[in-house]
Amino acid sequence: MATIEATAIADAQQRRRRRRLAPGRIAAWVVMIAFLALTIVPFLWMIRTALSTTRSLPSDPSSLLPVDFTWGAFERVLGLSSQEKAIAEGGSGASVNFWLYLRNSFIYATAVTLGQVFFCAMAAYAFARLRWPGRNLVFGIFLGALLVPPIFTSLPNFILIKNLGLLNSFVGMVLPSFLMTPFAVFFLRQFFLGINHEIEESAALDGAGPWRTFFRIILPMSVAPLTTLGILTFITTWNDYFWPLLVGNSEQTKVLTVALGVFKSQTPAGSPDWAGLMAATLVTALPVLILFFAFARRIIDSIGYSGSK
Amino acid sequence: MRGPVVSTNTAAPVARGSRRSRASTSRNSGGRSELRIALFFIAPALLGFLAFYLFPTLRGFYFSMTQYNLLGTPKWIGFDNFAKLGKDTLFWNALWVTLEYVVLNIGFQTVIAILLAVLMQRLTQSTLLRGALLLPWLISNVIAALLWFWLLDYQIGLANQFLEWIGMSKIAFFADEAWAIPTMAFVNVWRHMGYTALLVFAGMQTIPKYVYEAASIDGSSEWSSFWRITLPLIRPVLAMILVITVTGSFQVFDTVAVTTRGGPVNVTRVIQYYIYQKAFGEGQFGYGSAISVVLFAILAVLAALQLRLLRAGESDLA
Repeated sequence: MATIEATAIADAQQRRRRRRLAPGRIAAWVVMIAFLALTIVPFLWMIRTALSTTRSLPSDPSSLLPVDFTWGAFERVLGLSSQEKAIAEGGSGASVNFWLYLRNSFIYATAVTLGQVFFCAMAAYAFARLRWPGRNLVFGIFLGALLVPPIFTSLPNFILIKNLGLLNSFVGMVLPSFLMTPFAVFFLRQFFLGINHEIEESAALDGAGPWRTFFRIILPMSVAPLTTLGILTFITTWNDYFWPLLVGNSEQTKVLTVALGVFKSQTPAGSPDWAGLMAATLVTALPVLILFFAFARRIIDSIGYSGSK
Repeated sequence: MRGPVVSTNTAAPVARGSRRSRASTSRNSGGRSELRIALFFIAPALLGFLAFYLFPTLRGFYFSMTQYNLLGTPKWIGFDNFAKLGKDTLFWNALWVTLEYVVLNIGFQTVIAILLAVLMQRLTQSTLLRGALLLPWLISNVIAALLWFWLLDYQIGLANQFLEWIGMSKIAFFADEAWAIPTMAFVNVWRHMGYTALLVFAGMQTIPKYVYEAASIDGSSEWSSFWRITLPLIRPVLAMILVITVTGSFQVFDTVAVTTRGGPVNVTRVIQYYIYQKAFGEGQFGYGSAISVVLFAILAVLAALQLRLLRAGESDLA
């Protein structure tokens, strides 16, 4: 009786509150939409500029539509445009090895992702499913690596890669994050801990060793977290700038972010080739955006669970 | 839970058996046999940890005590680099502008993230909206920096067109000494606000509904529910977010490297950019390492302080 009354009162209060808060709700939506606009409009402006002719941009800088519409900027970036045409449209005329940088970014991000996910899965399996003395201690020490800022290890790692003669090679770029990152081990261990013991035990009764258990049971059961980690790792690595700048600055290993970074300084004293620059950033962001649209829900749901990536 | 010690005793006869039978009862044989397997499984990660985390950490301290121009061999000079740091006005300047950047970046980012998280919780659970807010976080720092370099261009950038349109004077966002650091902070707030909001939002989902219902029955307004319930209960989450974002913010580099390169004058020569310039631009690798030791120390102290002040370990929910 008392509970029913309480719920009734609460319901009534809630109804009253909702009515009273209607203006508040509108204000809240206004704020939310303002932030959404701040997030989205720059991307729209990026597309608008990339489809404009650089030379015509100053004539109508606030036009919402592309100024003097052309695919020229994309043609310039992708190397499909002749030098005369590029210069006429406001490009620098210097050739950009976009396809090479795109290839390099793919090699770098893919190699890091495959290595890191696989080797961290192995380690996470040992930390979550096997019993051995010192397990928690070693895991704690691994996690301790999270406390060291990347810049601090980057300098000595540069020397190590240099001494190994691996500067300006993919091996040198990939190596430091190929075998482990504390985050990846932590992330996968959390999932492996949740797997039911009975499944493993019945596999052991059937004569499956740890290796087979890992490959035939643990990995197939963890496709979802492995994919999530893989996507997050790929995106982070694709966006890397500092490390590839240090060890992969030659033409043959330069990744897109590093190539974009020099774009600005390459432009002559005059006004930069804005349309070309925006087209280049768009194409650079595209693979990540495609990944995101394909796996949006998974990525969004993983945030908060994972916490730190 | 079966402890490994207990199972070693009971399974001893089995462990002495054939290879096959030992494998088939590995769950019971415990200790010894699983250690060897475990070592095999963590070997690659352990190698990565030793070679690229532990070794460079120790080596970083060593390099900070040397004079090293990347060509010869490092020469041990003790604490000379640190003594020199004390008198290096550019270093103190770098520290100062970085601090200014971090305060602006984290201050705005955290407040906006909490605001967005509360709005999300009240208005909609839409995945589409969350996805849209996450977009800037997906693109690299380099792209975000270049995009805003264009949007904030003095001559024909969108922002200045807008300022003129509402009757204000133009601002040279990246070139004006007073505006350069706030602009850097803004670009990074823009890139991270949606992502941080999702982290806060996830933290808020752990607060049970009945707490709010009870408060509402007691006549608590939305405003006071936020201050009395939401904020105190997400404190542990907030502490973790702060530690991570502050640590990241101190290491700002990409945005500066592709836009102002430390200028105008020295106002955006942030600490990591200064390290980069010293170690790789001017061949003073030991000196650069010494600065990175200072940065490491600052971050360690800050992390400890934040966790302690925000009592991250304990939740008021318990």
